Amino acid sequence: MRVPRYWRNIPFRYRLVGWRCNHCGTFHQTKPITCKRCRFRDFTEVELPKTGKLITYTVVRSPPKEFSFTSPYVIGLVELEDGTRILAQITDFQEDELREGMKVEAVFRKIRVNGEQGIIEYGYKFRPAIE
Amino acid sequence: MGKVFVAGVGFTKIAEHWDKSLEQLMAEAAAKALEDAGIPSVNSIYVGNMMGEALQEQAHLGTLLAEDLGLTGIPAFRIEAAEASGAAALYQAALDILSGRSEAVLVIGGEKLSDGLSEEVSSAMMMSGRQEYEGFIGADFYAINGLLYRLYEKRYGSDGIAMFPVISHTHAAGVSHAQYPFKLTLEKVLSSPFIAEPLRRMEVSGIGDGAAAVVLVGERLAEKIKSPKTAFFIASSTDYITPFERENPLHFQSLAMASDKVFEETKVERREVDFIELHDATSIMAALSLESSGFVEPGKAGRLAEKGEFSLEGNLPCNTFGGLKARGHPFGATALYQVAEAHLQLTERAGNNQIDSAKIGLIQSLGGVAATAFAILMKKV
Repeated sequence: MRVPRYWRNIPFRYRLVGWRCNHCGTFHQTKPITCKRCRFRDFTEVELPKTGKLITYTVVRSPPKEFSFTSPYVIGLVELEDGTRILAQITDFQEDELREGMKVEAVFRKIRVNGEQGIIEYGYKFRPAIE
Repeated sequence: MGKVFVAGVGFTKIAEHWDKSLEQLMAEAAAKALEDAGIPSVNSIYVGNMMGEALQEQAHLGTLLAEDLGLTGIPAFRIEAAEASGAAALYQAALDILSGRSEAVLVIGGEKLSDGLSEEVSSAMMMSGRQEYEGFIGADFYAINGLLYRLYEKRYGSDGIAMFPVISHTHAAGVSHAQYPFKLTLEKVLSSPFIAEPLRRMEVSGIGDGAAAVVLVGERLAEKIKSPKTAFFIASSTDYITPFERENPLHFQSLAMASDKVFEETKVERREVDFIELHDATSIMAALSLESSGFVEPGKAGRLAEKGEFSLEGNLPCNTFGGLKARGHPFGATALYQVAEAHLQLTERAGNNQIDSAKIGLIQSLGGVAATAFAILMKKV
């Protein structure tokens, strides 16, 4: 990972800010030229809701090397309040606490470590929400 | 689509080849394919490889291979489409012949995964997803497959899905080029540790090295050369990289489109297909592939697998030499192995794995989780 690539994506990774197509409503994480679904070229910057529900999840047990410091970890498919579905790491849960359909909320966390000399990358994860 | 023929095939065993480089493996497979075709040279070379830069720090494989084969001077390039790189190379090679520019083309696929530690190979596999999204959060290939498996379980139940590795291993038993040439019981599959639950270690392909090559020729040359030939047709399609952004994550629309196209072009009906070489990188992908390409109703693949439908003696044999799971899955080489094996079936050289009176075979090759799909139809001539 090189710094410019990480820096470029900060709006989505820190605040879940992206771009919604003004014609079909498809969400894009970075500002697109053309909507991937309808090819419309007009977008509105949106901040996604920070809460949603856990559709389903799995546990990554032999991760890529950038994630070995945090292995094993949980990857969830989250449906946000506005219906947008995103993939996220799930964190801060007690053993056996995770349930499909449970409420989750976004938190800011350390995501990746690129070796001893490399940059440490931060971004969003989701955790069980207090109901 | 006009006329393209497979005229020769060659491959190495899939294993950890500590004594051979990526280049040497590919040269070995290529030399065998040329020998099988009975021709000394070709008009161009296409190389399928996914991880050369990541694991060997090596690009420019086309020109290197031309040199290794004493064919320097002819055009030679590498083509890349993630795990379907070999099929992409075949696609370009077929176009080269159909354009009339080349009469004979050599397609070589190779991958040498033992040059990396397993976590480095896992990192390199992230290249088939979107690095800036899935890669960033660590949603690797197996995580995506685990999530799809869960969604499938919820919608249809998962009965029989774990039979796919059992079928592949049964077919690979005794196959000399297979990475895992032995049988595997369902109990062993279901007692193996999770890799990304509900996906288990024995439901995914392993890490190995291998190379395979195919000689494609045009109609005029096909009439002249004596080696056994099969007719070759190929179609391709794409879908969004992340399955959860697709209309229905449990439907591989790319594979449906590529399959429709190749059937339309060849005027072949699905019921005429004698066997399928599936892209069983995971058990759930095998099931979703059969369902998406119109051979099985959604939700039924596992139960049909349990009934023996996809075994060598079943109605629709799949992975006749062990598929990705048991023969092996050296990414860029995989589609070339599939085509080589289908060619052996259709030219009645498949030995113990021979299917009776096989006339039409279908090959499916996928990049990522079916973000790229190829459907290849091969016919006895």
